[in-house]
Amino acid sequence: MVVFALLIINKAGGLIYNREFHSGLNKLSSNDLLILAGTFHGVHAITRSLTPHRWLPESESSPAGKATGIEVLESSTFRMQCFQTITGTKFLLFTEPHQPNIDAILRRIYELYADYVMKNPFYTVEMPIRCEKFDRGLDGFVKAKA
Amino acid sequence: MATPHSLHHEGPQKPPPSTTLPLRQHPQQQPQPTQQTVQALPVQPATGLRYPSSKKTIYDRNINRSKTAELSRAAFAYLFIEMIGYAQRRVKGVADLEKRLNEAGQPLGHRLLPLLLHRLPSPPPRPTRILPLLQFITTTLWRHLFGRPADTLERSAANAAEYMISDNEPLVSQYISVPREMGNFNAGAFVAGVIEGVCVGAGFEVEGVTAHGVAEQGGGEGGMWPGKTVFLIRFCAGVLEREEGLGKGM
Repeated sequence: MVVFALLIINKAGGLIYNREFHSGLNKLSSNDLLILAGTFHGVHAITRSLTPHRWLPESESSPAGKATGIEVLESSTFRMQCFQTITGTKFLLFTEPHQPNIDAILRRIYELYADYVMKNPFYTVEMPIRCEKFDRGLDGFVKAKA
Repeated sequence: MATPHSLHHEGPQKPPPSTTLPLRQHPQQQPQPTQQTVQALPVQPATGLRYPSSKKTIYDRNINRSKTAELSRAAFAYLFIEMIGYAQRRVKGVADLEKRLNEAGQPLGHRLLPLLLHRLPSPPPRPTRILPLLQFITTTLWRHLFGRPADTLERSAANAAEYMISDNEPLVSQYISVPREMGNFNAGAFVAGVIEGVCVGAGFEVEGVTAHGVAEQGGGEGGMWPGKTVFLIRFCAGVLEREEGLGKGM
């Protein structure tokens, strides 16, 4: 089971973090990564508004039942899972197609993000993430998983 | 995960003046929040006393009320972020920032000293020798603030006036990654200020207490305790002289 890479996309669709854990995915240039992040952000927004009609009244009353938009993209060689926080930050995790417990992994990554990025006084929200302890926490967690 | 003991909201002393903790005052903490206009505020003498809506001041509470109270780690982390941000807006460099955090910690130490002494099972008099004072800091104070004792206490071999307390994983910098351009900034400066407050409050003048990050020997990155911090306490010459005198008298 392999976790390939993690991307974090801010509210505006900008790529603020990208990290490769395992080689295996073909390398993308940083420009392409930015385009991927922006495109995914757009597609996510459109798929959100695709939500069937009958769900809408309910979704307006309860934020929990809000339309989520695209969550998984699957190909024969990898799977991309998206986790969106309540504030609109998106975590994209690239794994092997049959990786189990992706939800748990993403939740844990979100926890690390909340601890080491959001509780860091030198981090400006919505800006690229450069936090040594976040990197280290991710490494420790993903390596322990593998 | 164990939650640390409360850093603030303690006992009988005056509430900290707003200069020490950059808390934005909530409107309900102001006296008579609804009728009071901005103009009326200067009429209140600046005692630093705030009246909660229940009209009960901090003096009306039991001194041991918060003895076992705990504060969530996240709450402290977010509050501390704001403190650093507040200090950072008014400084030029890293040294200046550490100095500000140090100053923010000093009143806390000043007030914790009598409170913690009072709460000890059989309240001893104020420590008069260096070693009992340092032991008070590494055990009682540390346990109160962080829920565990400090890791080591050493005397500098090079300079008799210098003592070092080390903490392998300081709570204050647990979530903080210092950016490269900030160089050797250490958030422990705040704790150093608390230590300084305790020392000065107990009558031990210090030239300064500083916090230094020392990643464990054998590779800073891969070391066991990447956040290890040493608090260096430099006592004034007078304190050492007195210590010698006391030693002879015993």
